[in-house]
Amino acid sequence: MSDSDDTTKAPQDHGHDHPKHELSYYAKRIYAIRDLLLEKGVITDKDIQSQVEYQEARSPANGAKLVARAWVDPAFKSRLIGDPKAACAEMGIDATSINEFVVLENTAKVRHVVVCTLCSCYPRPILGRPPDWYKSFNYRQRAVNDPRGVMQEFGLELPDDVEVRVHDSTADIRYLVLPMRPEDTEGLSETELARLVTRDSMIGVMDALPTLPPS
Amino acid sequence: MNLPVGKFKAGDRVTVKFEDRPGHIRTPWYIRGKSGWIERVYGDFLNPESLAFGRDGLPKRTLYLVAFNQSDVWPKTVGSRDKILVDIYEHWLTPAA
Repeated sequence: MSDSDDTTKAPQDHGHDHPKHELSYYAKRIYAIRDLLLEKGVITDKDIQSQVEYQEARSPANGAKLVARAWVDPAFKSRLIGDPKAACAEMGIDATSINEFVVLENTAKVRHVVVCTLCSCYPRPILGRPPDWYKSFNYRQRAVNDPRGVMQEFGLELPDDVEVRVHDSTADIRYLVLPMRPEDTEGLSETELARLVTRDSMIGVMDALPTLPPS
Repeated sequence: MNLPVGKFKAGDRVTVKFEDRPGHIRTPWYIRGKSGWIERVYGDFLNPESLAFGRDGLPKRTLYLVAFNQSDVWPKTVGSRDKILVDIYEHWLTPAA
């Protein structure tokens, strides 16, 4: 710390803003780490900004685009299931940070649900950050031992002859559920179809919306 | 997809080892000791139990998608056709008796 002995300079006054309200212990710690990384030249303010923008740009809209295209284009659907990362690249979605990406196709007889019982593994480039409930102990426990109960709470009642396949995402694979296209949606455009594809339908706890939500 | 070179192939019956040791273990507790079958061979991956401690992750381990009947994992679900599928590295698997 020998090169930062200038005590006349306010600690906040070095190029970027700090929150004005009282910070938690962990927030203080992360800002201190950030400042050290900047001070030692490991990363720049621009690196942080571009990483924040990259993280914010990742959202369930990416997944919805993939699903809607798969619904209207059977050849794309085959590519999405056969080589998901290449199909993402085709749609301008960067999935390269995923080690291995697998798409699980729902049918009238099979429904897939994804959980990570160990932590919160999630296909972030495709769906953004996981919802809090996905990371909760409650979901992580019940998704594996009572998946039908969980789906019921999301409004999905499944008859006994439908097989539920729970994927516990414990390792290098990231899973995306390809929900079924709702009936009577032939009149909708691809963009409208994408609005039926909710985040939760791509985790698999519910089906896609049957009709367009109010915009 | 990495080339699969593991010792199990799709359809093989396997049992998950029941081991209790510290470390960055990616095999959930509830599935240890349970038997199922290889659904898919994913290929070889760096070993997360080594990577987590800043080591090189070598030798790579074959990763499998292993399927289990719900009813073999949770006795209360007898009669269910539902499945649990877990990604498990080869060194956690033995051929089922």
